[in-house]
Formats: sequence, structure tokens, C-alpha cells
Amino acid sequence: MPIAIRAEHVNPFILSNLETFSKMVGVEARPGKPILKHDARLDYDISGIIGLSGKVIGSVSLSFPQATALAVCNKFMSANLKEMNGEILDAVGELINIVAGNAKKGLSEFNIEISLPSVIVGRNHRIVEPKGSVGFVIPFSSPLGDFHMAVSLKPA
Amino acid sequence: MKILLVDDSSTMRRIQKNTLEKLGHTDVTEAGDGAEAIAKLQAGAGSYDLVLMDWNMPNMTGIDALKKIKADPALKAVPVIMVTSESEKTRIMEAIQSGAANYVVKPFQPETLAEKIAAIKK
Repeated sequence: MPIAIRAEHVNPFILSNLETFSKMVGVEARPGKPILKHDARLDYDISGIIGLSGKVIGSVSLSFPQATALAVCNKFMSANLKEMNGEILDAVGELINIVAGNAKKGLSEFNIEISLPSVIVGRNHRIVEPKGSVGFVIPFSSPLGDFHMAVSLKPA
Repeated sequence: MKILLVDDSSTMRRIQKNTLEKLGHTDVTEAGDGAEAIAKLQAGAGSYDLVLMDWNMPNMTGIDALKKIKADPALKAVPVIMVTSESEKTRIMEAIQSGAANYVVKPFQPETLAEKIAAIKK
């Protein structure tokens, strides 16, 4: 029977992100209501993205405005960096790596494998999901600034 | 305690190194993947007391490096703690059955890593 992608499949990624921010960044993030990706109006400068494969294929990404990325990554690393550099890019990649890896346990029926993370920099860059994917955007607020997560999935 | 810290992410090496320093472990060597870890262990055979090993890394994964360490008579005595975002039970079982001394799932709080290291020292 073909796998149906439902909004609830996004929940493990939301929970994983909350846990990652709480345990490793040291702040509590609050999720907003997931919206379909094509309806989203977003503002961001840097994204960390992980490819997903298995019984589903897709991606999960975290996207931040520059100021939020700096604040989050400095707190994550106990650093005090003033501008975007390789360390910030690596930190954004590691954050999404932790979020995706930890979410897998909530999606065991899909036997998901994750790719190594990639990081994309550019004002309001587009992350285009494969045709036929269901894409969701989840806005998050935090004491360090707002950001969002995007999850796209389709049956393999 | 001489520790080899293996992670392809400089961020994670920095975070773990900070935690180790707070615990009083300042003799820490870093490696960026499993192959580099094996080379450093072989170069300093017998001198390392602990390896902290990520799972997903380029060139050689952490689980492959763990299996090589445990298959090498000169290296197999060194305890390896996997520190990874691989959170599924099957992965944890694979690592333990391959000889990992313990397993820390990212995200973790510094106290969790400290407890696992303290258990190794006993």
C-alpha cells in the first residue's frame, strides 16, 4: 500500500527541534502552526538542510535570518562571533543534523536515512522540493529570534 | 585521561571540548572522521584512554571506525563512546554489539556526557 504523507509526520521533527534547542542551545523555542510551504511568506538568510531517504524521500531544513543565526549559534557553541563565518555555517549544519537524526526515532516506519548536512546562504533563497512532495513550514519563535523549519516528504 | 574526540563538525568538537575542559580533561586530540581517528590511535597506540566517536562522517563513518578499533589487538582495549544523532534502537544495539562502551544521543545536555565519561573511569 502506498505511503500517505500526513501533517502528523511533521511532528517528530518539531519535537526534535524543541528538544535540540532546549538541551543544546539552552533556550526554549515555541512552534507556531504548520502551514503548507507554497503559502508561506518567509524571511531568512541562511539554511541548514538534510536530505531524507528510505520509504520516503525529502528534506528537512532550518532557516534563520542572519541576526538569529548568529545569536543561536553563539549560544549553541558558547561563542561570541560578530559576523557570519565558517564556524556559524558549521553550527547551522550541525543543528539540522541533530534535529533530523533525532527525529528518525519517531518515524521508524519509514526507515529513514539522512544525508550529511548542507548549508545555503543567500537572502530568501529557495529550497525546491521534488515534484509530488508535500511541503510544510513550521514557524518557531525563541528568545534569540524567530526562524522556521521546512519539511518536505514524498513516498519513495 | 587522554581523549580522542572524533566528529566531522568543528562545532560539535568545540562543544564537547568545552564540556571536557569543564570536567578537567584538557588532554584532548581531535579527528574529523573515522580514518583520521584510526591513524591517530595507531600513531599513539596505548596512549589513549577514551574515544568519543560521531557516527555519520565522510571518508569513514564512526561505526566502521569502531569495528576497526575493536578488531585491532593494539587498539581494542580503548573504550569508545558513540556520540551521535543516530537515535534508533537498532543503531544503538549495532554500536553496543560492535563494542561501544556507551552511547550518547544528540541532543544531549553536558551532564549526560559527563555521567557517561565518569562511568568509564570507574
